[in-house]
Amino acid sequence: METPTAGAGATAPTPAVRLSSITKRYGPVVACDTVDLELLPGEIHGILGENGAGKSTLMKILIGLVQPDNGSVFVAGRETVIHDPRTAADLGIGMVHQHLSLVESLTVWENVVLGDHRRLDRRKARQQVAETAEHYGLDIDPDRRVGELSAGLRQRVELIKCLRRDPAIVILDEPTSVLTPAESEQLFRTLRDVVAREQRAVALVSHKLAEILHATDKVTIMRQGRVVDQRSTTDATAASLARAMVGREVSLRASATALGAAAVLREADGNTEPTRRPSVPDDRPVVLSIDHAQLQHHGVAVLDDLSLTVCAGEIVGVAGVEGNGQRELGDLLSSLIELDGGSVSIDGRRVRSGRAGSMARNGIAVIPEDRHDSGCVLDMSVADNLLIDRVASHSRFGFINRSRMRRTAEQLMAEFEIQGAGCSAPFGSLSGGNQQRVVLARELSHHPKVLVAAQPTRGLDVGAIEYMTGRLRAAAESGIAVLLISTELEEILDLSDRIVVLSRGRVIGQLTRADATPERLGLLLGGMATPDDSTEERHAHS
Amino acid sequence: MRTPDTATVRRGLMLVGLYTVSIAVALSLSAGLIAITGGPWRKVLSALLDGSIRNPGRWGGTLAEAAPLLIVALGAIISTRAGLVNIGQEGQVAVGAAFAAIVATRGSGPLVLVTAIAAGFIGGALWAGIAALLRFWRKVPEVISTLLLVFIAAQATGYLLTRTFLLLDSDPNKPNRVQTSAQLDAATRIGQVRLFGNEFPWSVPVAVLLAITVGLLLHRSVWGFRLTVLGRNPRTAQRIGVPVVIAGAAALAMSGAMAGLAGAAMLAGGTANYRYTPGFANSVGWEGLLVALVARNRPLVCLPIAFIFASLRTGSGFLAATGVERSIVDVVRALLVLALLVPPAIAAVQRRRVSPPPAAAAAEEPTVIMGATA
Repeated sequence: METPTAGAGATAPTPAVRLSSITKRYGPVVACDTVDLELLPGEIHGILGENGAGKSTLMKILIGLVQPDNGSVFVAGRETVIHDPRTAADLGIGMVHQHLSLVESLTVWENVVLGDHRRLDRRKARQQVAETAEHYGLDIDPDRRVGELSAGLRQRVELIKCLRRDPAIVILDEPTSVLTPAESEQLFRTLRDVVAREQRAVALVSHKLAEILHATDKVTIMRQGRVVDQRSTTDATAASLARAMVGREVSLRASATALGAAAVLREADGNTEPTRRPSVPDDRPVVLSIDHAQLQHHGVAVLDDLSLTVCAGEIVGVAGVEGNGQRELGDLLSSLIELDGGSVSIDGRRVRSGRAGSMARNGIAVIPEDRHDSGCVLDMSVADNLLIDRVASHSRFGFINRSRMRRTAEQLMAEFEIQGAGCSAPFGSLSGGNQQRVVLARELSHHPKVLVAAQPTRGLDVGAIEYMTGRLRAAAESGIAVLLISTELEEILDLSDRIVVLSRGRVIGQLTRADATPERLGLLLGGMATPDDSTEERHAHS
Repeated sequence: MRTPDTATVRRGLMLVGLYTVSIAVALSLSAGLIAITGGPWRKVLSALLDGSIRNPGRWGGTLAEAAPLLIVALGAIISTRAGLVNIGQEGQVAVGAAFAAIVATRGSGPLVLVTAIAAGFIGGALWAGIAALLRFWRKVPEVISTLLLVFIAAQATGYLLTRTFLLLDSDPNKPNRVQTSAQLDAATRIGQVRLFGNEFPWSVPVAVLLAITVGLLLHRSVWGFRLTVLGRNPRTAQRIGVPVVIAGAAALAMSGAMAGLAGAAMLAGGTANYRYTPGFANSVGWEGLLVALVARNRPLVCLPIAFIFASLRTGSGFLAATGVERSIVDVVRALLVLALLVPPAIAAVQRRRVSPPPAAAAAEEPTVIMGATA
């Protein structure tokens, strides 16, 4: 990886933006605490921090979505108040949001000109879009409908939309969360180009160490609303960044997933095989098997002849770019959807899909992708949520025995180290990490045969992630078949014994742990490599 | 048990204050309105109290009025728990009463009475069942279908009263072919409890027992727990094995059944001279819904609220003597409902404002505000 050379120039240029002691409070929470930040033209500035460190709030202040309580903003050397996103746009500040905001039923060029106030000239607009795209080497057909595009191409549309207005400052908020490694690489190349050729200032917000080390010139590290460190990226190492970000010495090995640093580590050590438990012997029985699952949604196949198996004691990772059937796979195993074709079997016995509670009854535990969606009831108590599917066994003659429920709940809270205001506090009052522990405690306390973990560490802090991955490993060791559905490659590589790659609702590749290098997996994700011989015969080349 | 911290105490005090202020505002507005329409408010209040409680035999009548309101409210609570908003009680009461009347006018004796009450129960369930069917088969919002079914119920039960083989009284001595059913036989009526010179039907203690039962079932039973999960997060419910369609449809039908039961109780309890007539429900459905709303879906709180609402009904009969328009009571009732709903709403808003994280700020109770008044 080459290191950038900008930034160390002789004369200090005027910063494109300077934030000076910015403070923003939400009630008792200080989201940004006297933050200083300078974005220089011709420089990519990484802003690194855990979830909730204040990165997003800071960026929202920059584009006028949030007003700071204190402090001042200087744009091109002049003090300015950014009232709203329109002011920001007039000042030449553009942002590519983490969650893309495109209208799926409109075409690329229509999306790009959306929000313009001038009279709409179709031909000119189209031409302008094509020109911008060509100028930055962002190859795209302006007449395609956005709904037909992959996540990577959609982000390209957002980027064109942002660059077309010729902004002096470009902000990217967690831009790679929906991209394949190849698409991320392409994005960084474009950014590098934008910065070098046109002297724009770029802010790259991320919680991934690898990305920051790879793509930025300077890095600002935030923790709990404060800037804890600011340095040139050349002087930074993965370990020093991680320490600054988490605020304590972390075992990079254990939290590599969380920090997106596994790749960095491997390169640094020259060690391609991370330490892990011995691989699973081959004679384990198959516990979960999904055969030729088929599901249509509005005429589109969201699960397309999907087959996979998980053996006892094995962790199978389902990799894939978000939106390729992961959600449906999780819903299927949560009894939430009925298949159009194919079947699900546990221990060789078929389980009917879509029947209330059928999957759970047959021993499938699920940590859902969005725990607020199907994992809990926010305004019921912690105890209720811990025992939500076991009230019947805590009752007599159909009436609930509250004191017995409380006892069991307290036991579980102690066992899984759930911290909060006690088991009768509302579930919604717990922190995200503790909410996730409640879900985990409930699902594991059933002694399930299968544990489905869908994006189990999304939105958690490092400590919680370490805990969760430890629990998943322990579950597999105790003989549970674990299906890990994740869009974080690092997490998949770190935990899985076997990896299947999902694309457009079908399994397009399968790798054993030994074969799975990040490069190989990356190519598969991008649909650019042929799968190994263990998978299906037909696979269209792209 | 935890000792309440200062914040909780402060919130509690604030809530009490808010209630005091809002009720005071509602009452003074009512007094003002009465003064404008020409009567001294003291006299009106006194007439209301005379009519509902003070005059001999009046509180028995108020209790008799309160029972159906209470039963309707309990039904409304059941469906709301399951996350379904049934606002068609007015129609379900009418259909239930008509079903009961069809059975009860065809025979005599206690057995017929029991069958008639069961028929009322089933009638209400069927009428709400139509909405449930539309909801889960064709995704028609139950708020709309239950409401519109009220008007269909009025027409349909009206038709029953035009044919002697259905419900119309076949007594040849009846003048002018008045549209009314035959009167229930003395043996087919619900017995009266006599207490301190007042009398009220046995349906009153039964309704109180029902309130206790529903309260226990909703808050303490496995069934109530699962219904609560269904109402607050249907996807979680489906995952843990609560069949969303069956349990939801059952809850909606049950809520209609309670309204139908209330209708049957009104018919056999004597509030309408033991006859089924057009407009039989007489706003009991709407007001029962308001009772549930004001009690914020707590079955036992419905007991006093139902009594207050019933007092306004019976008391309004005495207003004629004061020269004040009887419909002023409707306005007073509406103001009272608002007065009782505003404080919790304000408290909820404030709670949300104090705690910004969206996860923690989820509403403590789904407050349903509806525009249905009698």
